[in-house]
Amino acid sequence: MTTFTLKNQLAALLCGIGFLNLSLFALAGEVNDSAATVANSNKIEIKDFAFNPPTLTVKSGEKITWINRDDEPHTVVSVEKQFKKSTALDTDQEFTITAGIPGTYTYYCSVHPKMTGTIVIVKS
Amino acid sequence: MSDYITHDHEHDGLDRRGFLQCMAWAGTGLLWTVSGGVLASKTLAQIAQAAGPLPAADLSFLQISDSHIGFSKEANKDVTETFKIALDRINALPAPPSFLIHTGDITQLSKPEEFDTFDEVLKSCRTKDVFYVPGEHDVLNDGGKLYRDRYLKDVEGKGSGWYSFNKNGVHFIGLVNVLNLQAGGLGQLGDEQLEWLEADVKDLGSSTPVVVFAHIPLWAVYPQWGWGTSDSERALGYLKRFGSVTVLNGHIHQVLQKVEGNVTFHSAMSTAFPQPAPGTAPSPGPMKVPAEKLRSLLGLTTVQYKQGKTGLAVVDSNLS
Repeated sequence: MTTFTLKNQLAALLCGIGFLNLSLFALAGEVNDSAATVANSNKIEIKDFAFNPPTLTVKSGEKITWINRDDEPHTVVSVEKQFKKSTALDTDQEFTITAGIPGTYTYYCSVHPKMTGTIVIVKS
Repeated sequence: MSDYITHDHEHDGLDRRGFLQCMAWAGTGLLWTVSGGVLASKTLAQIAQAAGPLPAADLSFLQISDSHIGFSKEANKDVTETFKIALDRINALPAPPSFLIHTGDITQLSKPEEFDTFDEVLKSCRTKDVFYVPGEHDVLNDGGKLYRDRYLKDVEGKGSGWYSFNKNGVHFIGLVNVLNLQAGGLGQLGDEQLEWLEADVKDLGSSTPVVVFAHIPLWAVYPQWGWGTSDSERALGYLKRFGSVTVLNGHIHQVLQKVEGNVTFHSAMSTAFPQPAPGTAPSPGPMKVPAEKLRSLLGLTTVQYKQGKTGLAVVDSNLS
């Protein structure tokens, strides 16, 4: 019975952590096939197995869009699981999130983990 | 060009320049033969053209890799066709190999329809037994569930899909080093798999020939491009006492070999498209070549190396 209670508490705690993490970004990620640009967004190009720019500073509330320009699939995954990861992005596919709470967020490509990048969110 | 060959353990005169000159593009498959516990690879073309039967061998098997079914970019717009050609070459062998090993990246994007195409084309192969390990392209969005459901039916896959089996006195170990990769890191086996490996080989006699196969190289081919496995040293530590260890991998789409003590490392070619030699391009992405040159670049270079102090292996395949 004690074990059961502890498990419940742990589950509640994990749910809470998950909620807080996801709330750092107002939007879950969106993957788009379209090459259409998103107005006023901050673009990160994925080319030659690198995120460009490697560090991007944005204001809270702004959108951030990754575009894969390689002939190789890549992903965008938060190192600390602070935002929803992308699915594998094929050539010219985009992935967009909306910046939330100010802070520094590192991410990487889970297919090619040598590829890393940083987002710095400042107050709007 | 970075120094990714750091030692010449065999004193065989293969310095970095010489090694690179031996490096081969190749396109179809290697036929591995096991005789007296020493593995040697032969060219499919040579074997297909030979009038007589295969050289005396206790066991022969064939490695194919990096089919990338679904890829349709400039580097090869019809990878299904080149995969078919590779199978045709296998079927043309005077004696079929006992089984195939596929060292990963069956598909480009882990899509069910890509796996379907692969399975359908593979039906044309006379050799029916195939053992798999996944590449990172096979486990993109579901952690490898679809891959495991399809390709581990006939083996007792542990954890995320590693396993071992014995054939004709040779112990084969299929490892998974493409899952749960850490930011900034390389391929990874992980503690659970390494503990399993230690137990798996514990009771084997040291004279048992061991063949390890995994997608990403288990040696530091070129870490700057992620071509290596972070905890491979620990795995190799469990295999040190064996007299003959052969490590087969794919991932880098080119033939590279290294001999270290009793361990021979060998990376196979792709059936889909070439990738650049380490450090020779801005990235390791698919290498675009003129269409008329593709098949010739997928083959034709011979690599010779020494297996310890005995044996000679020749690798030469050709899709032209």
